[in-house]
Amino acid sequence: MKIRFTLNGTNREIDIKPDMLLIDLVRQLGCYSVKRGCETSNCGLCTVLVDGKPVLSCSTPAARADGKDVVTLEGIEEEAAAFGRFLAGEGAEQCGFCSPGLIMNVLAMEKELSHPNEEEIKEYLAGNLCRCTGYMGQMRAIEKYLNREGGQ
Amino acid sequence: MIKAREYVKAESLSEAWELNQKKSSVILGGMMWLKMSSLPKGTLIDLSGLGLDTIEETEEEFRIGCMCTLRQLELHEGLNQYFNGVFKECTRHIVGVQFRNGATAGGSVFGRYGFSDILTCLMALDTSVELYQGGIVPIAEFAKMPYDRDVLVSIRIRKDGRKAAYTTQRRTKTDFPLIACCAARKGSEWYFSVGARPARAELVAVSSAAPDPEEIAERFSYGDNVRGSGEYRRELAKIYLARLIKGLKEA
Repeated sequence: MKIRFTLNGTNREIDIKPDMLLIDLVRQLGCYSVKRGCETSNCGLCTVLVDGKPVLSCSTPAARADGKDVVTLEGIEEEAAAFGRFLAGEGAEQCGFCSPGLIMNVLAMEKELSHPNEEEIKEYLAGNLCRCTGYMGQMRAIEKYLNREGGQ
Repeated sequence: MIKAREYVKAESLSEAWELNQKKSSVILGGMMWLKMSSLPKGTLIDLSGLGLDTIEETEEEFRIGCMCTLRQLELHEGLNQYFNGVFKECTRHIVGVQFRNGATAGGSVFGRYGFSDILTCLMALDTSVELYQGGIVPIAEFAKMPYDRDVLVSIRIRKDGRKAAYTTQRRTKTDFPLIACCAARKGSEWYFSVGARPARAELVAVSSAAPDPEEIAERFSYGDNVRGSGEYRRELAKIYLARLIKGLKEA
C-alpha cells in the first residue's frame, strides 16, 4: 500500500507492507537514531514526533503516518545538539544508546510544559529508560538546559 | 511481532464491523500490546479515520470516542474538573507520555485487562460503552461479557453528580498496578471498584453514610501473581479504600 507523509521536512511517497511499523519505515529511510530497546512499548528509545507529539514508533503502524508530519532526531539536529551539550557537560551518558529517545522526549516536553518542576519532569520522562545510570546526570542536564539563557 | 496480510482504514463503522466478523481480523487500538501478538492476522482494521478521537461534553454526559488516547483523558479539563482529577490520576502512571499518546481508551476498555487502571476508574462512575451492534451496555456488565466481534464505538459517562477518587500501588514506577482502587460518592450512595486483584475490576455499590472499608474489601476476591499474593492485595485494598472514603467524605 502507498502512503504519503513528511519525514523531517521532506515529502515522501512510499509503498509499505500492511503490517509495517513506523520504526522500520523511518529506519528504512535512513533515520538510524530510532532504535528498538525493549519491544514491549516501555523503553522510549524509538520515540519520534508525529504531528508534534512524542509517540512510540515501535508500536505505531506505518500506515498511520499517512498524511502526517514525522520528525526524528535527524530532523532536529541543531536542537538535539544544544541539549546534547548539556548531557555531555554533566557526564550524564554512559553507553548513550537511550539518548536519542530521551532527547526527543525532552524537546517535546520543552514545547508542552511551561516551567516544569522536578516531579513534572520525572513524570513526563518516566517512559524513557536508561539501564546504565541512575538518571541523576540526566536530571541535572535537563534542569540546566531548561533554565539556560533563552530557555523556558 | 504482529503479521498481517491487509490493512484497511475503515470508511464507516459498518465496514469496520463487517471486516471484523472474520476471525482473522482485528481492530487496532493504539497497538501497544497488539503488536506483540504472535498470531498472524488477516486484516488490520483501523478506525482512526472515523472522527472517533474526541471527548464531547454535553449537559448529561461525557462521550469519549474509542480512538481517544489515554493522554487525552489525562489532560481533558472538563473530565478532570467534574470527577476531581481521577482521569489524570488513573493515567499518569501508565508507562510514559509517548505510550499514552498512542494507547486508546477503546483499546483499554475493550481488552478488559485485569491490570487496567482505566477500566477500574470508569467502573466506579456511571459509565456505559456504546457497541455498534450491542447498543449501550453498562461497563460493569460489559466487563463480564465474553469477547465478541462487535465494535466499541464510544464510552459514555453520565454526569450524575458523583465525586470520585482513585489510587494504586505499584512495585515500581510505570509497572502494572499491584492493586487499583476507585471510589465514587453521590450523597450516601457509594460505588467502589477494585482492579488488578489481579482479575479485572468489579463493582460494589453501597448505600451508607459511613461505609466500612474492611467489609467492602472483603466483598472482592483476590488472587496471587508475580506482583503479590491475594492476601497482600486484600490488606492493601482495605487500606486504600479507607483512604479513598476518608478523602471523599472530606471533599
